[in-house]
Amino acid sequence: MTRAVQNPITEKVKASLKRRHRKEASFKWFGRMAVALGFFLVFALLADITSKSLPAFHQYWVKLDIEYRSDWLKINSDDAKGFAKANYRKVFKRSVYLAYPDVKKRRDKKSLFKLFSSNAEFTIKDHLIENPHDLGKNIAIWVRMDDDIDSYLKENLPNGQLSSRINQKQADWVVILKQQGRIEKRFNFSFFTHSDSREPELAGIRGAFTGTLLTMLVTLLLSFPLGVAAAIYLEEFAPKNRWTDIIEVNINNLAAVPSIIFGLLGLAVIINIFGLPRSAPLVGGIVLSLMTLPTIIIASRASIKAVPPSIREAALGIGASKTQMAFSHVLPMAMPGILTGTIIGLAQALGETAPLLMIGMVAFIVDIPGSVTDAATVLPVQIFLWADSPERAFLAKTSAAILVLLVFLFVMNMSASLLRQKFEKNK
Amino acid sequence: MNSSTLIFVILLLSLLSYWYAIQRSIKVAGGITRVKYLTSLPKQFGLLTALWCGVPALVVLLLWGIFEASVIDSLLVAYLPQSVAQLNSDQLGLQLNDIHILASDLANGKLLQSSLELSKSDAAHYLFQVQQNASVIKVALVVLVSASATIFITSRFSQKYPARVELEKIITALLWASSAVALLTTLGIVLSVLFESIQFFQSVPPWEFLFGTEWSPQIAMRTDQVAGSGAFGAIPLFAGTLLITLIAMCLSVPSGLMIAIYLSQYASSRLRSIAKPMLEILAGVPTVVYGFFAALTVAPLIRDLGSSVGLSVASESALAAGLVMGIMIIPFVSSLSDDAISAVPASLKEGSLGLGATPSETIKLVLLPAALPGIVGAILLALSRAIGETMIVVMAAGMAANLTANPLESVTTITVQIVTLLTGDQEFDSPKTLAAFALGLMLFVTTLVLNIIALKVVRKYREVYD
Repeated sequence: MTRAVQNPITEKVKASLKRRHRKEASFKWFGRMAVALGFFLVFALLADITSKSLPAFHQYWVKLDIEYRSDWLKINSDDAKGFAKANYRKVFKRSVYLAYPDVKKRRDKKSLFKLFSSNAEFTIKDHLIENPHDLGKNIAIWVRMDDDIDSYLKENLPNGQLSSRINQKQADWVVILKQQGRIEKRFNFSFFTHSDSREPELAGIRGAFTGTLLTMLVTLLLSFPLGVAAAIYLEEFAPKNRWTDIIEVNINNLAAVPSIIFGLLGLAVIINIFGLPRSAPLVGGIVLSLMTLPTIIIASRASIKAVPPSIREAALGIGASKTQMAFSHVLPMAMPGILTGTIIGLAQALGETAPLLMIGMVAFIVDIPGSVTDAATVLPVQIFLWADSPERAFLAKTSAAILVLLVFLFVMNMSASLLRQKFEKNK
Repeated sequence: MNSSTLIFVILLLSLLSYWYAIQRSIKVAGGITRVKYLTSLPKQFGLLTALWCGVPALVVLLLWGIFEASVIDSLLVAYLPQSVAQLNSDQLGLQLNDIHILASDLANGKLLQSSLELSKSDAAHYLFQVQQNASVIKVALVVLVSASATIFITSRFSQKYPARVELEKIITALLWASSAVALLTTLGIVLSVLFESIQFFQSVPPWEFLFGTEWSPQIAMRTDQVAGSGAFGAIPLFAGTLLITLIAMCLSVPSGLMIAIYLSQYASSRLRSIAKPMLEILAGVPTVVYGFFAALTVAPLIRDLGSSVGLSVASESALAAGLVMGIMIIPFVSSLSDDAISAVPASLKEGSLGLGATPSETIKLVLLPAALPGIVGAILLALSRAIGETMIVVMAAGMAANLTANPLESVTTITVQIVTLLTGDQEFDSPKTLAAFALGLMLFVTTLVLNIIALKVVRKYREVYD
């Protein structure tokens, strides 16, 4: 067939086709760019935090020859009680002076002692208490270096070059110590076993971690039963009336209230009216469970709704009461979905910081909390506190704490999605 | 005995009463073989009794915990000599605090110093005595309540006693009460925020708060000073919040929307399966991490970029906080718009493609207009989230109120000010502290209105296609 008369509209369409296809391509390209931006942002965020956190996982120790002389310590070997109270500072200082006899000026002495962590004398003390026979001997003891020296060593500058926080003398000493093989890099266990400290080389996350566990325990114990009970009531028992409507609208709105408002509620009601202690995981847990309650209720309702009506009818048909039907038939079938929702809600609560600032969980707390009414802090708040600290070494600590938090969250979310997958397979 | 041990004791008692009620119901039935003549299962008798044993005792404990401190204090004030009891509330509070500390010393087994005033050590001994009596009474009361409730309910057991019906009544009531907790939370939020705000507005007039352009709450409020004197004008905070939110929306709305469109219309299922977790990571990262990223990576980056082209950028620029907040909101916008776009009936899309439109024309001229209400709802929800976001701005935005539209300068927001006003020690009658609650009220009302509008818009749209 030969082409018939050219239709003017077809002509027009054909003429515009090129432009339209170009537009199509550019639109698609635009979309690709947006997705690529998303990937880039995730990558940048994770890479930034991981790279910043690496220095926090190891730290430099230095070997010192310590003279455990009993006249410095002012104790003798049979005085077991005296070991705890002896003058270890003097032993530490004198031993360092012995190693550096030519340091005479006050300023130089000060810089010299700034090489070592303020914790050094306690390391020395711990050694003698564990090995009482070393009294009177000269023992090589490994102690932590100060955080400034630690950061300086981690920068890996060529020998003798200065960085902003140390002076020429210190740099020279470090070079000599290195040549003598007295400096060693070790894995930083204290990051996981110590609590917060003003000294970056001693600060760890154990206190915050324990606080997080206690707070999450309270949150779980409160929000899970309450949330599931509310969901069962709304799905299985509630009459369709105004009251139910109000509760429904209210739950949806509550889910979108900014978290800081829950902090205000905690401060004004739970602390000021009910008089519960400030900074306690109990109060933190109550506030966080009020915050996660809507999430758990919404997820549980969806899961209960997904249970086929035939299950309910069968249970009622063989004579079960409504309560028995809800608790023995519907609830077990809805459980995987409910648990998934609960884990997701708890993961949200785990990362939450703002409401906890309101109820005073921002205090500097060295003790590891032992109960839910002790003053405590949690990981995200610890991150916030460290991020505010001026010491440079806290930058790495902050990133490392973030990494721990992210791993924790990742595990929780993974278990939620595994649970969901298993649930879907069974269906 | 402290409260947590007491709770444990109550649980133990409930367990005991559960076992006792089962035995008793079997006895009432006349032996294990005749259990079938009961109207309910022995287990149901047991559960009913356990609830009767535990719930009232827990309620008593809770009420005791709420009222104990104030009752003991009023007893103490009544005991104190007239000269002390008639002091004003601040000084009286100080005195009471001292006595409490002394009493806790006594409780720890320490002896009081002999140099103390006689009235004080006397009062401390009295308080110590009262506290000890109170804890004995508390334990006795709790045990009495659970025991008498158990005895009362088990005494009513008979073959015809409808234990199951009674049990289910209690369970339903408990379920109802749980569903009311959410309502109580909202009520608590509204009342606490409103109450403190009203107190605030008694010392600072509302119009001054709403329309004043100067915010400096840290100024000491002297008694001879005119209340407020322009220090509590919230306009700079509103402007700062708006500026940062605007920057965040400028980043998150286009990119979130394009991600949703690309993933739902163009992407292969393989790309989708790796892009979804990517978005979930962005959504799951805690806000404090974003705050850290903003303050220590993005802000210095922007400052260096600015100085390299000769611009002076504040180290806590609104741009840094806004951009990172935008990153946080991208997954929110994209998942909600994805829902809206996939809710558009396939027939509309197929019709458009069948008429010869290119996919992008179909998206722009058919899908997006049809999904517009859902997308608008998504944007409003994202907006309310951005306004209420706290940690990013606390860590990356400024503290000083600064009325400017320049994104390179430092601004402060409502949430930043709430946090700065309320962290640390606070006294609950100073306008400085109360101002935080007034700001909280503004925040709550704004986000609530945005949410309600968003839900309305989405619901209206659903009615068209369902």
